[in-house]
Amino acid sequence: MKGESMRFARPTTETEAVEIIAQEPGLTRILSGGTDVMVQLKAGLAEPALIVDIKHIPGLRAITPEAGGFRIGAAVSGAELGEHAGVRALWPGVVESAELIGSTQVQGRATMAGNLCNGSPAADAVPGLIAANASARIVGPEGIRQCPIEDIPAGPGKITLAKGEFLTSIFLPARPARSGDAYLRFIPRTEMDIAVASAAVSLTLDDAGIVTAARVALGAVAPTVRLVPAAAKAILGTTLDDAALAALTAACSDACSPIDDKRGTIEFRTQVAGVLAKRAALIAYSRAGGKK
Amino acid sequence: MKSIHVSTTINGDAAEFICAPDESLLDVLRNRLGLTGAKEGCGTGDCGACSVMLDDRLVCACLVLGAEAEGATVGTIEGVANGDTLHPLQQSFIDHAALQCGICTPGIIVAAKALLEKNPDPTDTEVRYWLAGNLCRCTGYDKIIHAVQDAAQKMRSA
Amino acid sequence: MAFDNAPKRVFKVVGTRPPRPDGVDKVTGRALYGADVSAPGMLMAHILRSPHAHAAIVSIDTSAAEALPGVKAVVTAADFAPQDDDFLRDVQDNCMARDKVLYDGHALAAVAATTPAIAKAALRLIKATYNALPHVTDVDAAMRADAPVVQEGRSLETVPDGMSPNVTSHCEFGHGDLAAGFAAADLIVERSFTTAATHQGYIEPHACLASMTPDGKADLWCCTQGQFNVRTLCAAMLGMEASQLRVTASEIGGGFGGKTTVFIEPVALALSRKSGRPVKIVMSRDEVFKATGPTVSSSIDVKIGMTSDGRITAAEAHLRYSGGAFPCGTVDMGAQAAFAAYDLSAVRTLGWNALTNRPKEAAYRAPGAPQAIYAVESVVDELCQKLGLDPLDVRLKNAARKGTKSSYGPTFDDIGLVATLEAAMAHPHYTAPLASGQGRGLSAGFWFNFGGNTCVSLNVNTDGTVGITEGNPDIGGSRAAISQMAAEELGISYDKIRTIIADTSSLGHNDVTDGSRVTFSVGLATIKAAQDAVAKMCSRAARIWGIDEDAVIWHDGAAMPAGPNAGKFPPMTLAEIAAVSFNTGGPIAGHYEFNADGAGVSFGVHLVDVEVDRETGATKVLRYTVFQDAGKAVHPSYVEGQMQGGAVQGIGWALNEEYIYGADGRLQNAGFLDYRVPVASDLPPIETVILEIPNPGHPYGVRGVGETPIVPPLAALSNAVSRAIGTRLNALPMSPPRILKALSKG
Repeated sequence: MKGESMRFARPTTETEAVEIIAQEPGLTRILSGGTDVMVQLKAGLAEPALIVDIKHIPGLRAITPEAGGFRIGAAVSGAELGEHAGVRALWPGVVESAELIGSTQVQGRATMAGNLCNGSPAADAVPGLIAANASARIVGPEGIRQCPIEDIPAGPGKITLAKGEFLTSIFLPARPARSGDAYLRFIPRTEMDIAVASAAVSLTLDDAGIVTAARVALGAVAPTVRLVPAAAKAILGTTLDDAALAALTAACSDACSPIDDKRGTIEFRTQVAGVLAKRAALIAYSRAGGKK
Repeated sequence: MKSIHVSTTINGDAAEFICAPDESLLDVLRNRLGLTGAKEGCGTGDCGACSVMLDDRLVCACLVLGAEAEGATVGTIEGVANGDTLHPLQQSFIDHAALQCGICTPGIIVAAKALLEKNPDPTDTEVRYWLAGNLCRCTGYDKIIHAVQDAAQKMRSA
Repeated sequence: MAFDNAPKRVFKVVGTRPPRPDGVDKVTGRALYGADVSAPGMLMAHILRSPHAHAAIVSIDTSAAEALPGVKAVVTAADFAPQDDDFLRDVQDNCMARDKVLYDGHALAAVAATTPAIAKAALRLIKATYNALPHVTDVDAAMRADAPVVQEGRSLETVPDGMSPNVTSHCEFGHGDLAAGFAAADLIVERSFTTAATHQGYIEPHACLASMTPDGKADLWCCTQGQFNVRTLCAAMLGMEASQLRVTASEIGGGFGGKTTVFIEPVALALSRKSGRPVKIVMSRDEVFKATGPTVSSSIDVKIGMTSDGRITAAEAHLRYSGGAFPCGTVDMGAQAAFAAYDLSAVRTLGWNALTNRPKEAAYRAPGAPQAIYAVESVVDELCQKLGLDPLDVRLKNAARKGTKSSYGPTFDDIGLVATLEAAMAHPHYTAPLASGQGRGLSAGFWFNFGGNTCVSLNVNTDGTVGITEGNPDIGGSRAAISQMAAEELGISYDKIRTIIADTSSLGHNDVTDGSRVTFSVGLATIKAAQDAVAKMCSRAARIWGIDEDAVIWHDGAAMPAGPNAGKFPPMTLAEIAAVSFNTGGPIAGHYEFNADGAGVSFGVHLVDVEVDRETGATKVLRYTVFQDAGKAVHPSYVEGQMQGGAVQGIGWALNEEYIYGADGRLQNAGFLDYRVPVASDLPPIETVILEIPNPGHPYGVRGVGETPIVPPLAALSNAVSRAIGTRLNALPMSPPRILKALSKG
């Protein structure tokens, strides 16, 4: 019978977790917030042999200052993240993206790590993390490694973690002075929908309000969230004047290779991704202290 | 499938149950514990009719495993009234005709209570966004917002 | 039924806002809905559903499922009685497919087992082999001569020769000389529209608990809008007599018309009969979307001619509806409702129904009217725009009034359309300034409202309280309204009355809670039952006083002598008469049974302001006002609730809700994530203005109100968005990709 041998484990140390997972030959799902795993279980899309609840491993629910930035445990929920004044002040775009996932109820459970590891190209937390140059701490049978967030998504529903590996934390680096980030997504209602297109922009300005560094990431318009260097280049050395914004919009639309599905058409996603990038850039600019 | 034994606290009372590893907290509440106030409208976290409090967080019970209730505190609609005294939100919903069929009402009251405990003086927009995960198909939400605001005002002046 | 007296105008209880009797149970979670009960020894059942949009069933081998430990019964179509009647056979074949599966999700077998997990595992052991057939899901495609045929031999004689066998009916309404009418117009607009199928979206999935005993008697608990209809249908399918089957309606978590028929109930009964144990079935949300009763999808052409000063000279509509894989008569209602708001000398509506490989349609608030009126009101608005005329002025100029011969035949009595139009005209919303990027739209709307078979029993308790037994599930607060009408008629206080909804063994037949009929019909029957009880109480007082029955009248909750000649007796209150009832002849009751007619139509007008983001096509609803004629609002809060709830369903229908089918004919969005109903943050407050133009057919002037409010939003939103973006839209829903596309073209 399907799922007859499914087991539930609740390790209390990282080592114990690694061991339990390494010993399981069948499919293992990591349970943090559960807002994706539970849906997939119920739909019969996932038939794991083992579910590992990592919320009781020390440190995984902590937010700790580190090297001017923050290390955010993999089991920190969107609601907890939103209540942390420090992270919100440093990376408001990242925090607002995490707070857009689902409803208030989902927010009470969903985690950025889970959102990332579910591998959806439309994942709300991922573009902001990539724009922020965040990285992940991953443990597994071979030991511990750090990995830039943008190297983790591999395709719809796929990530680059090896069997037996799981994320224990996400590191948000220090932010240079005069910089800001923002995340925008398009959904047909005002809440509750999966992003049809999304954009995150992080940028740094000099004293004259000229963009000296930028990262632009697009979501839901390609098999994975995409960092778009050409879009960043379009606004470097500018004060986000109309020509720069038009170039940004065009570069973003060019970088799209979306699908037609029940949530949006190729045409719509391509057009709107550019619009969102433009609007997110303007918000990030203003957060960085730029005046327009 | 080997059943799991869980010890937890529900509406302030110690409770125990056994459940399958893949059983949701909603299944446990309704089918094992007889607490049918939380409703299954969708089973996928999209409607909020199963809203409960888990360790003081508003969650969808359909997205939580029964096993995760171990050592936690759970709050359901059955624990909102104080004995035979309705909570101001419950009274307000009746007074303002903020329910028609009532199937979404337990979830909305649990959710609204969580909001007012965190933010006793929300704007209408804040109330609407907080409750965005609670679908109502009967009322168009208008009287629900009035009822929540009226209860909030009464609670602030109490 | 005509009343000699004008409807009662001054009320004490009717028109107030007392608390509803089921309120405390619902806010505490105590109220019991379809899935909230269990029985000892209960089995759980699951249903095997077709993964194909259209296929012949070659064989179903249930032996491995039956052999699985824990499985107690398996049923297929073979377990149901053959039906001669087309209507019954369609309902039955929809509950369990016979020979062919006709849509993605069509049920073909069911298993009852000791646990849900075993039942689900057993489904996987059923070997069903299919012969996939070509499918068709689009209504226009289904009408083409070369379309895949969903069912043969279902076309009525009204269908012209040479059409696809998928076309099952044709209807025509109207009067006057169309050619002359169009010739007299200064401007003619001709447009085509499409609307996607939508679902009622009730939050409670269908659920039932059936318990049949070896002597052939059964109890059925289910969430339904009509327990008597459930009894009729299930008894026919199970080959039972009505008195053997007792159906109890649970509290219902929304219906809106979608719970007026059966889907899982006969299946649960059949499994219970076969297993000898109670069987519970609860649908999943996925099953609700795939295999209950969404609306028709439609393709509509409308042509209207207007003079330059706003008089409609001719109007014509062609409606092509599909109610899914079984014949459906909804297009008749759409065709009748389409031009109901207008006084026209030349009008014609033609309708066709075509079969498609989609689930069998069920009613959804004013079935057939939203689609047709959306198209008509959009064209009227376009004419107003092009001729530079005020849209409310034009509606007033052409409005149906008392004495108008309607486009569908009957001549209107007192109706409230003009009152709602004038109220809209006078309302500050109509003249509030609009910023750039914003648009305002309006639409009139209409529903016939129905009467129907109704029974009410009213019992007077010896302590002076009153119990009312009625048979219509309460979907909007009707128990309160019924208690109010009884309190009004008896002259006692509201809190002395308790109204309950009886099971099928406790009362005579009541038609389904639909057609906005309950406050009207059950209310009327309650008033009559109260009058019956009053007559009996007057007779008891007469006996106590030793005077003639004719000499006693009822006033303000008490019996009293009709005049000074009848005798000097102080009034006897209801409580006093009740207290001695055992000594004056026994318990006192009143009752009334009838097939109600005289339901009054309800007109409404909706105004909406929207703002459209020109770069993304996103629409924000800024302001919404509903004007509607309620005849007499018995409980104004519940009338407002119907207006607001229907308006918001219409907003969802106009902007986001739709059934999305893939090329494989399978439903792609069978959940609340991608079937997008409005959430709280999507909406502004919904303001309501109740007009009261009494219905002469009801003693208090009551009109049904529940259905009309879903009709105007579709065109009101479409007109608002079209005006905001400067391009007319002609398809629903107006999702952002469609709006953005229209913007880039325009």
